[in-house]
Amino acid sequence: MAKKTASQSDQEAFQEKVKTCKFRDVLYETISGDEVKVLYTPEDLEDFDYQRDLGYPGEFPYTRGVHTDMYRGRLWTMRQFSGFGTPEDTNKRYKFLLEQGQTGLSVAFDMATIMGYDSDHPRARGEVGRCGVAVSSLADMETIFDGIPLDKISTSMTINAPAAMLLCFYIAVGEKQGVDSKLLTGTIQNDILKEYIAQKSWIFPPEPSMRIITDIMAFAAEEVPRWNTISISGYHIREAGSTAAQELAFTLADGFAYVEAGIAAGLDVDTFAPRLSHFFNAHLDFFEEIAKYRAARRIWARHMREKYKAKNPRSWLMRFHTQTAGCSLTSQQPENNIIRTAYEALSAVLGGTQSLHTNSMDETLALPTEKAVLIALRTQQIIASESGVANTIDPLAGSYYVESFTNRLEEQAEEYFQKIEDLGGVIKAIEVGFFQKEIADAAYRYQKEIEEKRRIIVGLNDFVLPDEKVEIDVLRISPQVEKRQIEKLAKLRAERDNGEVERTLKELRKSANEGSNLLPRILVCTRCYATLGEIIQVLREEFGEYKDPAYF
Amino acid sequence: MAEKIRVLVGKPGLDGHDRGAKVVARALRDGGMEVIYTGLHQTPEMIVEAALQEDVDVVALSILSGAHMTMFSRVLELLKENGADHILVTGGGIIPEEDIKALGEMGVGRLFGPGTPTDEIVEYIRGAVEEARAK
Amino acid sequence: MSDDIKKGYKRWEKEKLSPTAARRPLRKESFKTTSEIELKTLYTPLDLGDGDYLDELGFPGEYPFARGIYPTMYRGRLWTMRQYAGYGSATETNARFRYLLSQGQTGLSVAFDLPTQMGYDSDHPRAEGEVGRVGVAVSTIDDMEELFADIDLSRVSTSMTINSTASILLAMYVALARRRGIDTKSLSGTVQNDILKEYIARGTYIFPPKPSMHLAIDLIGYTTDNLPRWHPISISGYHIREAGATAVQELAFTLADGIAYVQEATSGGLAVDDFAPRISFFFCAHNNLLEEVAKFRAARLLWARIMKERFGAKNPQSMQLRFHTQTAGCALTGQQPQNNVVRVAIQAMAAVLGGTQSLHTNSRDEALSLPSEESVRIALRTQQIIAEESGLSEVVDPLGGSYCIESLTEDICRRVEEYLEKIDDLGGAVLAVESGFFQQEIADSAYRYQKEVEAGVRVVVGVNEYQIEEEVPLKVLRVDEALEKERAERLAEFRRRRGSVERYLSALKERARDGEAMMEFLVEGVELGATVGEICSALGEVYGSYESSASI
Repeated sequence: MAKKTASQSDQEAFQEKVKTCKFRDVLYETISGDEVKVLYTPEDLEDFDYQRDLGYPGEFPYTRGVHTDMYRGRLWTMRQFSGFGTPEDTNKRYKFLLEQGQTGLSVAFDMATIMGYDSDHPRARGEVGRCGVAVSSLADMETIFDGIPLDKISTSMTINAPAAMLLCFYIAVGEKQGVDSKLLTGTIQNDILKEYIAQKSWIFPPEPSMRIITDIMAFAAEEVPRWNTISISGYHIREAGSTAAQELAFTLADGFAYVEAGIAAGLDVDTFAPRLSHFFNAHLDFFEEIAKYRAARRIWARHMREKYKAKNPRSWLMRFHTQTAGCSLTSQQPENNIIRTAYEALSAVLGGTQSLHTNSMDETLALPTEKAVLIALRTQQIIASESGVANTIDPLAGSYYVESFTNRLEEQAEEYFQKIEDLGGVIKAIEVGFFQKEIADAAYRYQKEIEEKRRIIVGLNDFVLPDEKVEIDVLRISPQVEKRQIEKLAKLRAERDNGEVERTLKELRKSANEGSNLLPRILVCTRCYATLGEIIQVLREEFGEYKDPAYF
Repeated sequence: MAEKIRVLVGKPGLDGHDRGAKVVARALRDGGMEVIYTGLHQTPEMIVEAALQEDVDVVALSILSGAHMTMFSRVLELLKENGADHILVTGGGIIPEEDIKALGEMGVGRLFGPGTPTDEIVEYIRGAVEEARAK
Repeated sequence: MSDDIKKGYKRWEKEKLSPTAARRPLRKESFKTTSEIELKTLYTPLDLGDGDYLDELGFPGEYPFARGIYPTMYRGRLWTMRQYAGYGSATETNARFRYLLSQGQTGLSVAFDLPTQMGYDSDHPRAEGEVGRVGVAVSTIDDMEELFADIDLSRVSTSMTINSTASILLAMYVALARRRGIDTKSLSGTVQNDILKEYIARGTYIFPPKPSMHLAIDLIGYTTDNLPRWHPISISGYHIREAGATAVQELAFTLADGIAYVQEATSGGLAVDDFAPRISFFFCAHNNLLEEVAKFRAARLLWARIMKERFGAKNPQSMQLRFHTQTAGCALTGQQPQNNVVRVAIQAMAAVLGGTQSLHTNSRDEALSLPSEESVRIALRTQQIIAEESGLSEVVDPLGGSYCIESLTEDICRRVEEYLEKIDDLGGAVLAVESGFFQQEIADSAYRYQKEVEAGVRVVVGVNEYQIEEEVPLKVLRVDEALEKERAERLAEFRRRRGSVERYLSALKERARDGEAMMEFLVEGVELGATVGEICSALGEVYGSYESSASI
């Protein structure tokens, strides 16, 4: 076949020649610390088999994409993660984004909500509405989606420990709008394993947490069949400082752990696996990222088919959301972040993502302003409409560099899987701090490289503006937000049927004890406006709380 | 049938980037107008002389070089001197908002920036000429 | 194996692609690049031609140079970051140059105002309203001295965008070096000196094609002997593209011009290997990432073959196509100017993935006015981020082998060769210019593109989709209104001081009439104080002037 005949001796002659050349004195490694060769040729793809390793879009092993027509049929979903202040503020921002051509919603919750506290809880003080929207009950959820028909959009919620409750809030809003839960589309993150590994927003210990997740999988398969029940997330693992290979390996290992948990709970793999989705980071190293997404699809497909014996092709294909790397942005010269985000987004698209969030340039400074959010969204639209990369599927396939990198990442991931298995599986590995330690090491190495200027970050350790005053507008959250939320909650508690709340919470406690599916009970609680904190408190009392082993 | 609208598309000054001028000229022609294109490197004198000779309704100038204040005001002045200030002077190019305002006050018609759909220009010219002819 | 893929592809097309397309319509009727190349849905190994790796691609630094002209490319040295700048007076431009050098820029690039480009002094009536507008005004050697105040000519490389008057401006640069006691053999830089594309696209010609060609070739001959490190011509597709040509036309017409210069120089007695190693090219990086990368690779391949086969060059350096790139000004929008940061980033990536030797990234506000300092800095940061953070500079030709890129590269080569044949049939580039062939082809493409945008077939974000209500944003830079008067006074003073140059100018006319070598004599003239305008007007008396047919 054409263009595959660079012989060994030619290759060697070239390498000899290169040895005599002078190089710039910088690292020739990916951002993850993998060595990169000066040139890739057909030699690097010696054992490559097109049909086996790439195949065709929409077919096993899905390296070239999960859909047959990919972006020719439909572009990725442009889904900007947002949420701040009161539910009213957030509702307004969503309407703005939808008007500007965004195609899906993505809810950011505040820390209190993420940790299962109501806005009026003492632990919530100072956190209400800061890094996301505050949601304490169905009432708040109704406000957020006021005037937004739930059968017309898909919604992603970044929520983990209280994922079951927020899903129920959403279903209940749908009921009020007259939308059948079977028609709802969207995602809850619901990936508790990566919380223990990296993001650290857990409530319960691993075992009951995994039970809640399998309950969700079983419930959703019947009641919310179009919902993605887990978004297995490498994003936060990467943000915590991992390498690309670690992000890939740890995320897929978590995914396999959920699959195993589902199977162990007696579910047929093909009932829940098609609803699993993934969430990756798009970091700075352009080709490494593209290779990562392609490798991820191939690994997932191979394991699902061969190891977990899934029969339904939809269980084999790995769909994923991508967010550009928050940790790659600098607060210095914030407009430089537009550039970083642009090509990170490009790597996600060249890697075949199903949906994408592009960060705003001011996110390292504060919550993004409307102006900054608009530029971030325009970035996606320009890539979609003007760059031409959405016009042909997986355009980098065949590149000697990209293909050999894809292979290498797959190998590295397999090595990690072996290690994790030797430790006794993901939960054991969490308990002994394996992931945490690996990530901490990588983060430290990266930081060192930057400090020693072996790795240049523009505006941070080179090309610095000494007297820079950052002059961009930032969005501030008024302290009034907390006050208003507390007042609203007091009113809610006074006006709702408290007897009904008591009764439904008691039912929930019973279910937690006997091991029946929690979801129908939680849904009943939410309908009568039991708050998030009240529901969580019941389960906290029954399940206990997790304590971090704190490895560094 | 009404008489065809006659437009002189001019490229005054020393700049030679005529992509915009040519595209607009072609769009005006496709819009049913009689278009005279001057070619490059015209002085205001040459443009006004051609406008008078061709008895046009409109002079449309394309200026990208930043010389718009000089060129537009000179063309207006010369038209006036020759008793031809009924001719609409319009145009486009890279022209800051404030200058557009100042030129408008002098009597220049609408000025179009990059990215303007050609239909908008055709419609504007047609509307303005028809209005002038109705008077 | 190729048969397996053929079978596999046919099956996929029949069983998957066609049914999918039947079920769900594609986003667009056709997926064409700007050059009307119909992109396929999927590229596979079947799209690679029958050629052999070594013949079609080879190793970087070796014939046919498809993968790059140096063995190590950016590992040895990054591309030169060269921001085109110049406005107002020489003093103002000098301050901008020094700012750019302090911000890490590695080469200078001078923009001259239109009077200078068209051979008028700042006090000529035709210069009214144009002085210092699109570049710096230089009429005398003293202006040149001010322009480079406190900049060491032996250490900086200077590129000058100058064509009709290239000989005079280069003469001033040489005279300035001599004045400062710098060996001219150490001077490095480029003059554009590409007169053919002025007739084709850019319009700043003075004399008819034949004497213009004589001046251009004379300059090439002069530098061969006296400025061995100088690039005496930069054959430019940039302006052809900006005038509305497609990627294929840009490449074809530029190479046709290149052939004409080499033809003219060799038939004038220069040995091809004496000057060809210093010929350089200048291309545009437009929006379509894949097409642009393929265009740059095709350019190298074609030029190598032309030089070797058509002109019998023996020195490999004569066969290497070195090029400067500028991102596409015509792709920027006046609407939502921050979006231009995104476009420029993608375009710059295409240039780097295509192996450019130097790069200018446009500023976001260039569609509105002269760029502000802040905008220029962001543009430069774009290059620095790509160089330092993206990993693109670590591997040579990272897209090499991609089925899509290789197939597009071949496709573009084929289409360009067809054009070159057509131009040969017309008698070469000079005759094709005179017949208006290029101009008509470009005008057709420009009109078609505009129509596509207006019909919404081609989406331009912020222009025909995703528009917003906006105020005119960003501070714009203005040229001081008093400049023209000031320049006129200074020129009068200069002329008083230097005395009469009448005798020199008559001698110059005589040389021009006799078709003698001009460059050294021009250096003497500018040293005597002859101005750009005086020299051009004298030459015009001999050569005559040129006006092209004004076809639309």
